[in-house]
Amino acid sequence: MCLAIPAMVKSVDGLSAEVEFGEVSRRISIWLTPDVKPGDYVLLHTGYAINVIDEAEAIKTLSLLEEAADGLDSWNG
Amino acid sequence: MRFVDEYRNSELGKRLVDRIHRRSKKPIRLMEFCGGHTVTIFKHGIRQLLPSTIEMLSGPGCPVCVTANADLDRAIALARFPDVVVATFGDMLKVPGSYSSLQEVRAEGGDVRIVYSALDALDMARRNPDKSVVMLGIGFETTAPTIAASVLEASREDVSNYYVLSMHKLCPPVIKALLDSGEVRLDGLVCPGHVSAVIGSRPYDFLARDYGIACVVSGFEPLDVLQCIDMLVAQIEAGKPSVEIAYRRGVRPEGNVRALETMGMVFENCEANWRGIGVVPESGMRLREEYRRFDAESVFEVEVSLPREPEGCICGDILRGVKTPLDCKLFRRVCNPENPVGPCMVSSEGSCSAYYLYGEGLAD
Ligand code: SF4
Repeated sequence: MCLAIPAMVKSVDGLSAEVEFGEVSRRISIWLTPDVKPGDYVLLHTGYAINVIDEAEAIKTLSLLEEAADGLDSWNG
Repeated sequence: MRFVDEYRNSELGKRLVDRIHRRSKKPIRLMEFCGGHTVTIFKHGIRQLLPSTIEMLSGPGCPVCVTANADLDRAIALARFPDVVVATFGDMLKVPGSYSSLQEVRAEGGDVRIVYSALDALDMARRNPDKSVVMLGIGFETTAPTIAASVLEASREDVSNYYVLSMHKLCPPVIKALLDSGEVRLDGLVCPGHVSAVIGSRPYDFLARDYGIACVVSGFEPLDVLQCIDMLVAQIEAGKPSVEIAYRRGVRPEGNVRALETMGMVFENCEANWRGIGVVPESGMRLREEYRRFDAESVFEVEVSLPREPEGCICGDILRGVKTPLDCKLFRRVCNPENPVGPCMVSSEGSCSAYYLYGEGLAD
């Protein structure tokens, strides 16, 4: 029930936004993330964006995953 | 899908599993709190991939499962009121209460409608001014801010026929209650990702500090969970339990401040009754005085009989982590997703459903 999926913000209109995930677009509330802009990704849960996805961190995590899989020692750098 | 597919790379996953095998020396016990993690772990066979040193337990992180029958019975009773529409997330529909379920009441003519969002329920209230629309507030800190936002919106627009029956629950207090009961011993906790997207990682600090439990906040893709387990193993092997975030793309230490403020504006903490666990202080949320007019519990006088549990169902013990579905005599033989006896089989995130769908116990 705490499922949230990444969705991309297409346009913003006050506290509501049009987002896209997969092939689906949907109007959602950005009451909880009022500062999002088109192009941002949010975590979408029951019609609300509950947080903004940090793209830089996402990329960093992926390279850490690669390094860790190669046997390097730490997740912190 | 971006931010999903990258974290499902099975070749990378295999190498992470090797790494965990290399690093894990002492026998440890980890709990995944969240039902969403239970599903990832079962669906991808992660338990079987892990070294024998790591034992995984499933926790009570399924909001549908932990809703006590006493609370569910009230929701069911409300659906029998004339001119009341009960709006609910789909998962709740089939959950058997003490004497009936929302689905049964609907079949008998009660107005129960499935919504995807509290926004839909609020819309329903706007469009049906002659009805009272009651949104069932089921969920943890992930969902509570969304329901809170719907109440603020209703208040701003003066929608006078929208109500919330708040059965929301908070995660950190129940983790504490489980540990204080002394029934389960844990070395590490896979902390819930989307609860933490809202509350951040700091509310787990007491677990590392006072209970010596390693805590890592995890995302929901298989690589996320493997990364989390590897980080937990590293902390435990080093003898330095702390709180870390593996799911950094979605979770910051301070959480989502705006969501926390929204939740705090509408709700205040209160005790809550958890299935199998009982009443836990400060683990629930009720509407604040200023928003009482939206509080279904204050507005409607609901009377229910004493609650009872389905006979033979051990959901309560499973939710406390002291038994598994395989210990239940009804599992598979009598109880299955088509004909669920208890909530842990109804909810797609319940342990019994995960065991049923993804194989463990198939030979049974
Ligand atoms: S298998 Fe069914 S009856 Fe047994 S504990 Fe799970 S939900 Fe309850």
